[in-house]
Amino acid sequence: MVPFGGWDMPVQYAGVKAEHDAVRNAAGVFDVSHMGEFRVQGPGALAFLQHVTTNDVSKLKPGRAQYNWLPGVSGGLVDDIYIYMVAPDEYLTVVNASNIAKDWAHLQQHAGEFDVTLTDESDRWGLLAVQGPQTESLLQPHTDTDLSAKKKNAFFPAKLFGFDVMLARTGYTGEDGFEVFVDASEAETVWDKLLAIGLTPAGLGARDTLRLEAGFPLYGHEFSDTIHPLSSTYSWVVKDKTHVGHKHIRSTPTQTLVGLKLERVPVREGYPVKVGGAVVGHVTSGTSSPTFGHPIAMALVNAEHAGADVFDVEVRGKDHTATRVALPFYKR
Amino acid sequence: MTTTPTELKYAASHEWLAADGTVGITDFAQDQLGDVVYVELPEVGRVVEAGETIAVVESVKTASDIYAPASGTIVAVNDALSGTPELVNSAPYEGGWLFKLDVTGEGDLMDAAAYEAAN
Repeated sequence: MVPFGGWDMPVQYAGVKAEHDAVRNAAGVFDVSHMGEFRVQGPGALAFLQHVTTNDVSKLKPGRAQYNWLPGVSGGLVDDIYIYMVAPDEYLTVVNASNIAKDWAHLQQHAGEFDVTLTDESDRWGLLAVQGPQTESLLQPHTDTDLSAKKKNAFFPAKLFGFDVMLARTGYTGEDGFEVFVDASEAETVWDKLLAIGLTPAGLGARDTLRLEAGFPLYGHEFSDTIHPLSSTYSWVVKDKTHVGHKHIRSTPTQTLVGLKLERVPVREGYPVKVGGAVVGHVTSGTSSPTFGHPIAMALVNAEHAGADVFDVEVRGKDHTATRVALPFYKR
Repeated sequence: MTTTPTELKYAASHEWLAADGTVGITDFAQDQLGDVVYVELPEVGRVVEAGETIAVVESVKTASDIYAPASGTIVAVNDALSGTPELVNSAPYEGGWLFKLDVTGEGDLMDAAAYEAAN
């Protein structure tokens, strides 16, 4: 167990590779109850969310979810969030555990001019992420809702094992899956039932290797309060609209996020990335890919070098060749 | 977990040392590390002090430094690990050994019972 955002979280149950493979080939479940949930309600809810995010929240309909960013007022991103539209004038947002206090303060600060009520429901919800190609077939016998009719980013109330839950066809692994919002007091029971129907319990280690293969950015690694949001491959999250950070976000980023592949030596966060012996960037996330069997990494490099085909990554004083590859590394 | 071999000596940092100078990491250590994907071994002929960082074992999760449990000269390394690093997981006390020292002096080491009690 490791401390993570004030929670004790399992890095692994049976082993990172076994858990990773289970999610890619069958299905696994992550306890991500540590994540934060804020409810945004009121006649000004949409206008408020438009003001504090970069994506276009007006595109959402009730029962749909959207990936979005909270831009900072002086550049960078406060956090990335998921927004679930419950009803007209009512949204549920999910934020990173380590950012709950910061995000809450940031949102409160900008809520004043809108007719909106924010409620921190982080302690109310357990959140279990069921992920993998067999998710639908494993869950279907235990709910009356026809899951096959629910598309990616659907968000709806359902009964699961007889419990009232909210299900969202979302995730952070690059696989199909459902995230289960369940009352915190019932989360452990639902977790046990999910294991009993054959889901593999998966920890933080596999969550990181899966999201890295899928090229998903992680707060503190690929984006942060200081990294220019348009450095990443996720610039589609920024729509042409006015928001708290739009002046800064429109500037041209000096760094670009690239995908790297290495022969044998795993590279880790912070390792220098070089071209022709000169440091041009650093690794933001790196691991040995369980799916591909070789090391992969994401790195922020100076924009003028982002087109290079080959880099060196310095590992314990020695340079190792890294080939640039397209992001994401893995796509289902 | 396999039992801790009584014929070996153990460092608090989870390396084992055999009477012939062979060094590896313990079953406890490999279990904590998880799937080993890469091992960086020292050059043969290198002279090391007990406690010095001498190798790196990388799992999917993390990179872990390996410390020399004794002073001496590296006389052999386990070349099999370059192709099959997972031997460190599957056979930590046998095929997963790391390197062999010509020992000139041991570091602060424990017997199997003391090592087991400490973990």
